[in-house]
Amino acid sequence: MLKIENLHVSYGGIQALRGISLEVPDGKIVTLIGANGAGKSTTLRTITGLVKASSGSILWNGEELLGKSIDKIIGAGIAMSPEGRRVFADMSVLENLRIGAYLRTDKEGIEKDIQWVYSLFPRLEERSWQLAGTLSGGEQQMLAVGRALMSRPQLMMLDEPSLGLAPLVVQDIFTIIQEINRQGVTVLLIEQNANMALKTADLAYVLETGTITLSGTGAELLANEKVRDAYLGKNG
Amino acid sequence: MNGQTSKKRIWYTALAIAALLALTIVLENVLDPNRNIMVFTSLKKGAVYALVAVSMNLLNGFTGLFSLGQAGFMLLGAYTYAILTIPAASRDAVYYIYNGSAINFSLPELFGGGAVGLVLGVLAALVLAGCVAAIVAWLIGLPVLRLKSDYLAIATLGFGEIIRAVFQWDTLGPVTNGANALKNFPTFTNFNIQNANGETVLRLSTFVAFLLSGICIAIVVLLINSTYGRAFKAIRDDEVAAEAMGINLSKHKRLSFVISSFFAGVGGGLFAMYANQAQARTFTTAMTYEILLIVVIGGIGSVSGSCLAAFLYVAASEWWLRFLDTETVLGNGFQVPLLRNGFRMVVFSIVIMIVVLFFRRGIMGDKELPDLLARRPRRKEGTE
Repeated sequence: MLKIENLHVSYGGIQALRGISLEVPDGKIVTLIGANGAGKSTTLRTITGLVKASSGSILWNGEELLGKSIDKIIGAGIAMSPEGRRVFADMSVLENLRIGAYLRTDKEGIEKDIQWVYSLFPRLEERSWQLAGTLSGGEQQMLAVGRALMSRPQLMMLDEPSLGLAPLVVQDIFTIIQEINRQGVTVLLIEQNANMALKTADLAYVLETGTITLSGTGAELLANEKVRDAYLGKNG
Repeated sequence: MNGQTSKKRIWYTALAIAALLALTIVLENVLDPNRNIMVFTSLKKGAVYALVAVSMNLLNGFTGLFSLGQAGFMLLGAYTYAILTIPAASRDAVYYIYNGSAINFSLPELFGGGAVGLVLGVLAALVLAGCVAAIVAWLIGLPVLRLKSDYLAIATLGFGEIIRAVFQWDTLGPVTNGANALKNFPTFTNFNIQNANGETVLRLSTFVAFLLSGICIAIVVLLINSTYGRAFKAIRDDEVAAEAMGINLSKHKRLSFVISSFFAGVGGGLFAMYANQAQARTFTTAMTYEILLIVVIGGIGSVSGSCLAAFLYVAASEWWLRFLDTETVLGNGFQVPLLRNGFRMVVFSIVIMIVVLFFRRGIMGDKELPDLLARRPRRKEGTE
């Protein structure tokens, strides 16, 4: 379980997070929705140690993550699929997957998990030799998710997986996220596509200018008047 | 990669390299080196430059760190090699300005002299040459690698200049021989086998140059294909994503910098062996640019490209384009215009501009020679 308490983060004088608290229980899909600049990505980047927090705590299975280096955090079972996919364009699909397993040393397990990722994304197996830069946007997103799965995480954090994808492809990606979750991976999902995210999530938090203003189950927030106005369009 | 194809490929590559090495022995013993000086100069210098270009490619092409310190690290390697191998008896003659050398041992002699001492001493000196360059790289890596792209290039370029000045400093004379050349140490020709009468029976100098450089390049290739190599390429492609995979950026950048400098140092030692002397003023920024050009012409991110380009570049600059520097008068008294001392460099600069303008990906792009010869693997061969 991931538990964030009273987390403050500021960059160069601007307070990006003003004391947020949230919980990601094991085996659930939790989503964090909010507008541009609300602090969603900052939250993820702070969890992985890419950004330093000014105060607060991030507990992962009871252990403090703040102050740890990123390789320790990822080694502890947290993986991130960064915003904008960021696949390694000049490497093959297979090489991208192998990089995802960089911190692992169990060769057999890695080979098994490559097959596991291929079973989740048959398209990637078809294109295992293709350079990642030549894949379509949807395929790149699949690769980014598959690459993050290669570290065999307990918690998978996805930053805007629907960004710039066609609606049908977005549907596919969300189906796979649910499938991954069914196979036992906890998911923390950051989305601007609030409709899809809330439909998929067990728990949801709304982030506005660095504070959490609402929380509840996905269904509750979908029905919430304010959320409908702000994120789903009036008659959403 | 499919297990069978990769194994086959390794065998073919090993066979090709063995054939190449055998060819150097045959060539040197069939052709008279005294009549074909240019051939063997190009081959030896090409082998040395190939190693240094590959070491630069590891950093610039595979890790994406634009460094221009190569000549500086070569200088460190060349001096370390020379200082450690000058025979004790020759030291007074070499260091005559400083009334003898501060260091009075020689590795080949420590290993018992003779053929065994020569081989072990030279190998040990070359490894130490690499180590000195690597240690210096490790020390300057901490502050310098925080810089990005152009700034890193400027800082490493400055480092090369500083090293060159330090080694010419008079106070260090008893060790570095000041601005004077270090000489009389074992070179490639010392590996030619002579009979009791002092006649050469088997010439191995070119072979030794190829062998030593080839071993180092093979190590770099193994490194590039390891998980470390994959991490380097990940850093080159996207630092943020690489970090998100758990790759420690500063540690890996430093590692790449240190390894690259190690092989530049060994390359410097080999360069001293090729040139029969080590002198600080030969390791100029222009030398770094030569190496950079080889990397660009060969293809940034291609080891075999760097090797090919090294031989092409060296052969062109030392041999094929020499005629441009000599004034030529044809039979009917017509003096060919433009041909005079220095014109070679003009032509060379034009060739370089053409390459940079129209063939920016170089000879090989980021492909390797076996990639071009082998057919593309079929899609389903998804596991190694």
